[in-house]
Amino acid sequence: MEHLLSVENLHVEIPVGAGLLQPVRGISFDLKKGETLCIVGESGCGKSLTSLAVMGLLPKSARRSADRLELAGKDLSNLSEREMSGIRGNDMSMIFQEPMTSLNPAYTIGDQLTEGLIRHKGVQRSEAKNRAISLLEKVGITAAASRLPQFPHQLSGGLRQRVMIAMSLMCAPDVIIADEPTTALDVTIQAQILRMVKELQAELGMAMIFITHDLGVVARIADKIAVMYAGAFVETGAAEQIFNAPMHPYTKGLLSCIPVPGKTECGSRLGSIPGVVPSLIGGVQGCGFRSRCPYTQEACASEPELTERAGGHACRCVLDTSELNSIIWEAA
Amino acid sequence: MLRFFLKRLGLAALVAFTVSLISFSLLFLAGDPAIALAGEGATDADIEAVRIQYGFDRPVLEQYGGWLGNALTGDFGDSYYFKTPVIHLVAEKIPITMTLGLCAISFAILLSIPLGVLAAVKPNSLIDRFALFLSVIGQAMPSFWFGLILIVIFAVNLGWVPVSGSDSWRHFILPTVVLGYYATPAIMRLTRAGMLEVLRADYIRTARAKGIRPGKVLFKHALRNAVIPVVGLTAVQLGFMLGGSVIIESIFALNGAGFLAFESISRNDFPTVQALILIFSLIYVLLTLLADLLNAWLDPRIREA
Ligand SMILES: Nc1ncnc2c1ncn2[C@@H]1O[C@H](COP(=O)(O)OP(=O)(O)O)[C@@H](O)[C@H]1O
Ligand SMILES: [Mg+2]
Repeated sequence: MEHLLSVENLHVEIPVGAGLLQPVRGISFDLKKGETLCIVGESGCGKSLTSLAVMGLLPKSARRSADRLELAGKDLSNLSEREMSGIRGNDMSMIFQEPMTSLNPAYTIGDQLTEGLIRHKGVQRSEAKNRAISLLEKVGITAAASRLPQFPHQLSGGLRQRVMIAMSLMCAPDVIIADEPTTALDVTIQAQILRMVKELQAELGMAMIFITHDLGVVARIADKIAVMYAGAFVETGAAEQIFNAPMHPYTKGLLSCIPVPGKTECGSRLGSIPGVVPSLIGGVQGCGFRSRCPYTQEACASEPELTERAGGHACRCVLDTSELNSIIWEAA
Repeated sequence: MLRFFLKRLGLAALVAFTVSLISFSLLFLAGDPAIALAGEGATDADIEAVRIQYGFDRPVLEQYGGWLGNALTGDFGDSYYFKTPVIHLVAEKIPITMTLGLCAISFAILLSIPLGVLAAVKPNSLIDRFALFLSVIGQAMPSFWFGLILIVIFAVNLGWVPVSGSDSWRHFILPTVVLGYYATPAIMRLTRAGMLEVLRADYIRTARAKGIRPGKVLFKHALRNAVIPVVGLTAVQLGFMLGGSVIIESIFALNGAGFLAFESISRNDFPTVQALILIFSLIYVLLTLLADLLNAWLDPRIREA
């Protein structure tokens, strides 16, 4: 078995008042055991809905379709809510963006940590508690045993997110999806949590999808990167490929937005990408980035395919590879 | 938790004291009690004699002090009408009303909470429409009229239950339905609204992401948070029911404290009325206290308030 998680041509559609929102438009990726895929993109480009679609946790009004959605060779696309509940938390789990609201205020940390393990593995409560304590210690929580009887409101945001991470690891899933797990936290805590996630993933050998809008974060953990824009991937490849030889104008623009220690001179201007993301209602006509791209031409009116340009490095652009390589994004 | 409990208890005691003041002063709201007691055609001398006999000539504060002191020991004086101690009268009737109230609130909870949950799980479905229909009817129909209709159908025509009286459990069925149905719309709508909101919460998504079974997500993770406002409302509704039982007991000639209150008012039997008002109010205060404690148990954040 080659791929642990395999997603092909994933679409999400949500009927809204003004028409049909298409926030995820034909996304494909594969994930091997132990691999980390980073999905990067501006907020609102459909990252969260992509991960929720894989987990089967989309809002009721949303519709999902995919040519393939397989976890360890098992087709997930037609499972009922009950069947999916046997997989979630057990084989595949998720960490959310909002640590403050993601824990149930009415139950103790201990209860919420252990209930998934008890449900999936049928272990005794005391055994589940021991595992919860050891995982809380792993995510850097001191006096772990004394946290179990506490309630979420007694914990800070950073602690709550650590609890959420420990919770997602309880059943030792094969795949973990982390949707901007550090966005809501202070910068210093962000760094700690990031380091910890990376260590745990290596230690437990899980595959991970790490979602972020922050390329600085990506550099530290990604094996593979997918750059997402307006509901679709515009560039995918190995981490070194994306960082050392970015092709898509959008990727280059994003990279120009982050300072590089030692390279970016003090006081020099950081880039930003002018313009706004196109409306995703009724789909996107042509290349989604053309209204913001300095290299727009007539051919951009029809959407280009995501095509492989070098071993494992793909880009969705009408320009050919040598043209792309010669582009230098000017800080705006 | 202890601090929370003591705070609530203190508040309840304060409310109870205020209530005792009000129920005592009711005696004087209805005009001069001596005139009412002396009856029609009494001379001024008769009235004066009654005034002295019942102690109405003493300062008001002294009367209140005496009344409260006695009431605390369970002595509410003698009924003007029956000439027997009020406390015996009340002790005989209160259980009937409490039984009716508890049956009615149980009926209301068992009907409205499951319906409210189902309506929230499938908004705009057939079951949601049905729940809405039930609650509109419940609010539009006066309870005495609903009671009479049930009597005509189930007691007179079908003969399934007795028409009136309070001798067996079968006498309680129709009054329970009428009184309980009266509280159903409010509880159901608050449950539905609470569930709709809670089901959108992030922690519900977390529970599903952990693979918790759908039923458990609904009843463990969602309902507990959704019923917190419902608890307070239910206590208030039960209080209303005790009041409403005055009407229901009269319709069904269910010989309880509500019926006694109704009759005592028309008989100017002040000691009985005062005692009943005080007891009903204290029950209400106690219910509110219980609701607060139940909520503190449901929601740990309340305990620290
Ligand atoms: N439940 C929903 N109903 C309607 N629109 C939604 C819903 N959830 C997300 N969206 C819209 O879908 C788009 C993508 O959202 P999301 O996946 O959350 O973006 P990201 O995680 O990349 O910031 C956004 O425009 C957002 O407003
Ligand atoms: Mg998001």
